[in-house]
Amino acid sequence: MRVRAIRTTAVAAVAGAVLAGTGACSAPSGGGGGADGAGASLVVGMAQEPETLSPLLGYGKDGNSKIFDGLLRHDAEMELRPALAEKLPEVSDDGLTYTYTLRDGVTFSDGSPFDAEDVVFTYETILDEKTNNPSKGELDALESVTARDENTVVFRLKYPYAAFAERTVLPIVSKEAVEGQDVNTGPYNTDPIGTGPYVLTGWSQGEKLTFEANPDYWGGAPKVEKLTMAIIKDDDVRATRLRSGDLDAAVLPPALADTFGEDGGKRVIRARTADFRAVTLPTANPVTGDRAVRRALDVAVDRNAIVDSVLNGAGRAAYGPVPTDSPWFAKGTERRHDPERAEEILAEAGWQPGEDGVRRKDGRRAAFTLWYPSGDRLRQEHALAYASDAKRIGIDITVESGTWEVIEPRMEHDAVLSGGGSPADPDFDLYPLLHSSLALDGFNNMAAYDNPTVDRALEEGRRSGDRDTRAEAYATVQRELAENPGYTFLTHIDHVYVMDDAWEGVTTQVEPHDHGLGAGPWWNVEDWRPKR
Amino acid sequence: MARLVGRRALAAVPVLVAVTLGVFALAAASPFDPVRQYAGSAGLRASQDTLDQLRENLAPDGPFTEHWWRWLTSALGGDLGQSISLRQPVTQVVGERLGWSMLLCAVAFALAVALGTALGVAAARRQGGWLDRCVTGAAYVLQAAPPFWLGLLAVWFFALHLGVLPAGGLTDTGEDTVTAGSLIRHLVLPATVLGLSQLPWFALYVRQGVADALHEDPARGARARGLRERTVLLGHALRSGLLPVLTLVGTRIPELITGALLVETVFSWPGIASATVKAATAGDFPLLAAVTVLATAAVLAGNLLADLLYALADPRIDLEAM
Repeated sequence: MRVRAIRTTAVAAVAGAVLAGTGACSAPSGGGGGADGAGASLVVGMAQEPETLSPLLGYGKDGNSKIFDGLLRHDAEMELRPALAEKLPEVSDDGLTYTYTLRDGVTFSDGSPFDAEDVVFTYETILDEKTNNPSKGELDALESVTARDENTVVFRLKYPYAAFAERTVLPIVSKEAVEGQDVNTGPYNTDPIGTGPYVLTGWSQGEKLTFEANPDYWGGAPKVEKLTMAIIKDDDVRATRLRSGDLDAAVLPPALADTFGEDGGKRVIRARTADFRAVTLPTANPVTGDRAVRRALDVAVDRNAIVDSVLNGAGRAAYGPVPTDSPWFAKGTERRHDPERAEEILAEAGWQPGEDGVRRKDGRRAAFTLWYPSGDRLRQEHALAYASDAKRIGIDITVESGTWEVIEPRMEHDAVLSGGGSPADPDFDLYPLLHSSLALDGFNNMAAYDNPTVDRALEEGRRSGDRDTRAEAYATVQRELAENPGYTFLTHIDHVYVMDDAWEGVTTQVEPHDHGLGAGPWWNVEDWRPKR
Repeated sequence: MARLVGRRALAAVPVLVAVTLGVFALAAASPFDPVRQYAGSAGLRASQDTLDQLRENLAPDGPFTEHWWRWLTSALGGDLGQSISLRQPVTQVVGERLGWSMLLCAVAFALAVALGTALGVAAARRQGGWLDRCVTGAAYVLQAAPPFWLGLLAVWFFALHLGVLPAGGLTDTGEDTVTAGSLIRHLVLPATVLGLSQLPWFALYVRQGVADALHEDPARGARARGLRERTVLLGHALRSGLLPVLTLVGTRIPELITGALLVETVFSWPGIASATVKAATAGDFPLLAAVTVLATAAVLAGNLLADLLYALADPRIDLEAM
């Protein structure tokens, strides 16, 4: 009897599996069909999932958050445009007061009206010390925010900060929906309510986020009516699902994206970025602290070779945090790959070749350790290429990997293959990377770079409201970096996307280091039109 | 039987308590910094002030025993705390995910037991025959293959090459609602991969058990009485051959859970396992403690189940003595 029961179960299980299999055959394949008439949908494969959807905890702080709007937003050229504000802010002459007039008639997706109280609530909650927002330091300049009336918000700053308006792309939450919740763990984290072009319809964590077009969006109802962000961490699986038609678009590493090159219906899109990779050269280390060594390394490294071999050509050489095609880039500060010059610099400074091929000065070997975060293949390859270029001029770099917990206590003395990049304003990268007051403050200024000329220029660039004055100040910083490099900047890496060629209006912005939901060609998916 | 269950349930309490204490001790000793994990990439640009403030909010000072005691007392009151890594209450995390994991594991396990037993019996019938060699060979190969590799292989073959099954997720990527049909289609690959990764043990154990039993006196006696070979195989040999398998059912559960961990990741299955990985690397004590309790409870229940089945299958076993 028992045996029969077991046999029946086995047969049933097999039959069930077979049935399910055949059922699958007859079902239509794949999910998003793209632009098939009414109700166009887009399914995007993402590598990273947001930890939260609450702007109060940092979601969408750089804009393009789909569910939310900021007071301002960036257009394709990264210029500021009004969003929830009616126009760009009025800035007082001392640069300390920013006044925003709010757009009329905007409502949140739950129907409640948007007003100045929501703006005040958003900024005050982020700055509250009980709120666990790791990016709150970006609002460091903010002294107070007040509602003058229902439609006017006034920001008072502690010090004149020219880049402040760039920070107000930060999404505005609904005070009514959040109040009374635990900001750090409340339901608003997974069930947000905003004014944005899309409304969240579901978040299955670890799997996907689904959005529907907000028909009442103040900017007009989006034509792409359904938007799905599938979370697929593994690059190969993402490529596979893109190929199988399950995804309409995905972010991919350059090498994998290139395999889609000849595939008729797909476009490979390379987005330019401010996402840099650089080697920190700590001043506390007797080798990297020597300016001659830093200058030698700066010209010894073959940046173009790294772009070609490590990035498959998807990137550009970097000479500082400011990308070479940015309007803020100081022309003429590019450094030519010149190993002979590097050897001269070292010889002049007294670093003489030793018996093992490594240079020595006063009995000290020109050797140091370079860390990269384990598991990051791109940084590993950057580090190895850098070490191999350094070896040719007699500098011995030991490349090691570890988690940030391992690296953090060592970064005062050891070099680190670091990354970062924020395209909105040069101050966002340059100040924390180079200002001496932020040396080894958290992960700011990891190299403990200390250069009074740079400090002065950084402060001027931050405080002056005049664009030309700022440009001159940042040019000074970049020229100083060529003379006395605190870091060896290697590359700005392109972010590569593959997508169906089914929409009009697809563009990219200059992207930041972080891959959020808002970065990528879909930064303005609400403006797309299906191709006919 | 009720007494055995009751006794085991009582014994489980100190085990579970000890396990949670162990989790807190390990987490306290681990090099992972919960603040760093919480802040993520934003933390790499945060000032020391911000990091310090986060630390104060997230990881209050004090020995881990104190944290553990606070967690334990509130857990007994039904409040499992707040998950730091997922920014949600732990009960919500578990509630949303546990069902999907259990569905996946149950289907996979049923598949492994059923298919494993069938293959084992078939192989034992003629030891050394071609079927036996195929089954044992395949079982060893499967045993050596890591589940995530099998998963990627299955995705490549069924989703990409043949295009008959979805490559991942709970439903079609563009769908919001979970329908039975689409759920079944999405369950096939992960459940089969997880089941296959468990199958070798069952197949090999059944094969050995049944083959041994066929050479023992009862089987020989049955043959001598003129019973059909089929009856001897399924009626006598399988019954005694299944005994070791029943123990296996209980002891395989931990590996089923670790297998599910990898399979859920490959197939983007929104189960509890992926939350576990996140909790472990993020130093998310409340979530980690909760999922550890769940896993421990599953193992204990598995062992109990094995013992009960064992007693049912073999009347010589005295439940009171266990």
